[in-house]
Amino acid sequence: MAFSKKEIRGIYATMRKIRMFEDKIAQLFAEGKLGGFAHLYAGEEAIAVGVCVNLKGNDFITSTHRGHGHCIAKGVDINSMMAEVYGKATGACKGKGGSMHIADLDKGMLGANGIVGAGGPLACGAALTAKTLGTGQVTVCFFGDGAAEQGTMHESMNLAGSWKLPVVFVCENNGYAESTPWGYHCAAKSISDRGVAYDMPGLTVDGTDFFAISEAAEEAIGRARKGEGPSLVECRGFRYYGHFEGDNLSYFTEEEQARNRARDPIENFKKRVLERKLLSEKNFSEIDLEMAKMIEEAVKFAEESPWPDAEDILKDVYVSYPS
Amino acid sequence: MTTRTISFRQAINEAMRLEMRRDPKVILMGEDVAGGATLPHIEGEGKDSWGGPLGVSLGLSPEFGRSRVLDTPISESGFIGAAVGAASTGLRPIAELMFVDFLGVCFDQIFNQAAKLRYMFGGKAQVPMVLRTMIGAGARAAAQHSECLYSIFVHIPGLKSVIPSTPYDAKGLLSSAIRDNDPVVFFEHKVLYDIEGEVPEDNYTIPLGVADVKREGKDLTIATVGRMVHISLEAAEKLAKDGVDVEVVDLRSLSPMDEDTILTSVKKTHRLAVVDEDFPRCSLATDVVALVADKAFDYLDAPPKRITAPHTPVPFSPVLEDTFIPSADTIVSTAQSLMA
Repeated sequence: MAFSKKEIRGIYATMRKIRMFEDKIAQLFAEGKLGGFAHLYAGEEAIAVGVCVNLKGNDFITSTHRGHGHCIAKGVDINSMMAEVYGKATGACKGKGGSMHIADLDKGMLGANGIVGAGGPLACGAALTAKTLGTGQVTVCFFGDGAAEQGTMHESMNLAGSWKLPVVFVCENNGYAESTPWGYHCAAKSISDRGVAYDMPGLTVDGTDFFAISEAAEEAIGRARKGEGPSLVECRGFRYYGHFEGDNLSYFTEEEQARNRARDPIENFKKRVLERKLLSEKNFSEIDLEMAKMIEEAVKFAEESPWPDAEDILKDVYVSYPS
Repeated sequence: MTTRTISFRQAINEAMRLEMRRDPKVILMGEDVAGGATLPHIEGEGKDSWGGPLGVSLGLSPEFGRSRVLDTPISESGFIGAAVGAASTGLRPIAELMFVDFLGVCFDQIFNQAAKLRYMFGGKAQVPMVLRTMIGAGARAAAQHSECLYSIFVHIPGLKSVIPSTPYDAKGLLSSAIRDNDPVVFFEHKVLYDIEGEVPEDNYTIPLGVADVKREGKDLTIATVGRMVHISLEAAEKLAKDGVDVEVVDLRSLSPMDEDTILTSVKKTHRLAVVDEDFPRCSLATDVVALVADKAFDYLDAPPKRITAPHTPVPFSPVLEDTFIPSADTIVSTAQSLMA
């Protein structure tokens, strides 16, 4: 465990912030305060945080429809995120994108994306920029087990392998493509085995084990930064919520949910930190309170923020467009 | 500025070459845009092979190197999506979709990614890329290598669409497209590559969204684009012999579209025909007719006419393909009916 106490504190705080953000969104949906589509990341926190803790501020990530966790792990402000989910003018995308399209290019977050598998080509492009301009930046492409079956992901991994692009493909295998189990939709027994096909290392890790994920990510990101090309890391985990808010969840059994709860990534992290006496229960409680306060503030910020002006509908379709 | 006669193909090549010299962030990527990647007798000797399927980018790889002229796998989704990602992070890529008919394997990258990122992200992204693509019938290339399809792109908010008809326009419009900060689709009609015209040696730009009156006339406005500009000019010469004076408006850019030039012309001639090589439904032709019906209805002395390809895939047989393409004779007879 190569992290300082301060870093451990930050890692826990970020994972807790993601969990609380998602639980809050679920609650606001249930109360009818939010509409549209929201795909929640709770249960997968160790992946986003385990990967992004190894990235620099100007490194890039591409995300998925389940993107809140990636945003928070990459440092996007949660007030602007919550306001975006509400569709307010102060949102990260001024209310134009919503939950599925939160982006913050200043933080290297190239956008959540409503099209499954769309992040792969975009990640190759960001990596091509870094390679062409010699900036040393690395791009991480988060994608799900569902996206793994899209042609775009195969094309992207081949392109990245062929051009030796500084990309790390991180597959978040949460076991379900919407309601369709991974064992059915994937012909192979492992997604990381596909690395062989694209001349890149492929590794499968426990998607609830922050330390295993971070270690794998550190190596893959280091390899990319040294110009040695892409890697594929498959993280096997789960999600607590449905594919989207409103999902009837009939494909989840009680037994499966109980098994998932028993391997909760945040509790897993906490237990191991406590065992090593790096932080105390009291420290964790303090962080929990601090995060809960931040989430409440984000909701307040979003609710008190103004709606966009109706005239804004025509803004930002183009940089310039003569009429 | 010194001008000389060069081909449409050379004009496009020159625009890319000069823009790549001007801005190191401009790159070209596509299938066989250089050709022969990694081969010792080609890349090893600093040469290119095809230089694009019809030689449009020949010589760019030897000048700028393989890191700026990138041969891609046959993965249109992958590399066009990569162009979008590269554009939104600081490069100015020119991606080549070899034939527009291949749109089917990469449309998501164009209409869900390139066109929407800026808007979805509240204006925080820019996607300064050009998608160059080959269009058009007349090369006996059959149904999957001969369409125009520009109407599909014009339909999409967030994209710009440009279709040059002459070497001069091709060079100036492509330079503008490369310097533009929005995604621009640049359509090159394959039958035009060998036509020649006067083109300045230096760099110059032609603004997007500005039509060009290729022939002035007082009796009938023909609004058209691409190869159909030439067919329309041919028809106009025939009609002149019958005493019908045709104005040919080359739209050059379909999104943005120069509505003022169309409306000004129709207000002068009081008659409109739109000549469009694309399919007839939900098309450039219907769009321009609707514009004139909406904004210049009272100026019309005759019903506006659409002269388009038929609602059918492009056929292979020369007899059928020649029937498919709008002809000068059809334009002449339509014009005569409008004058009657």
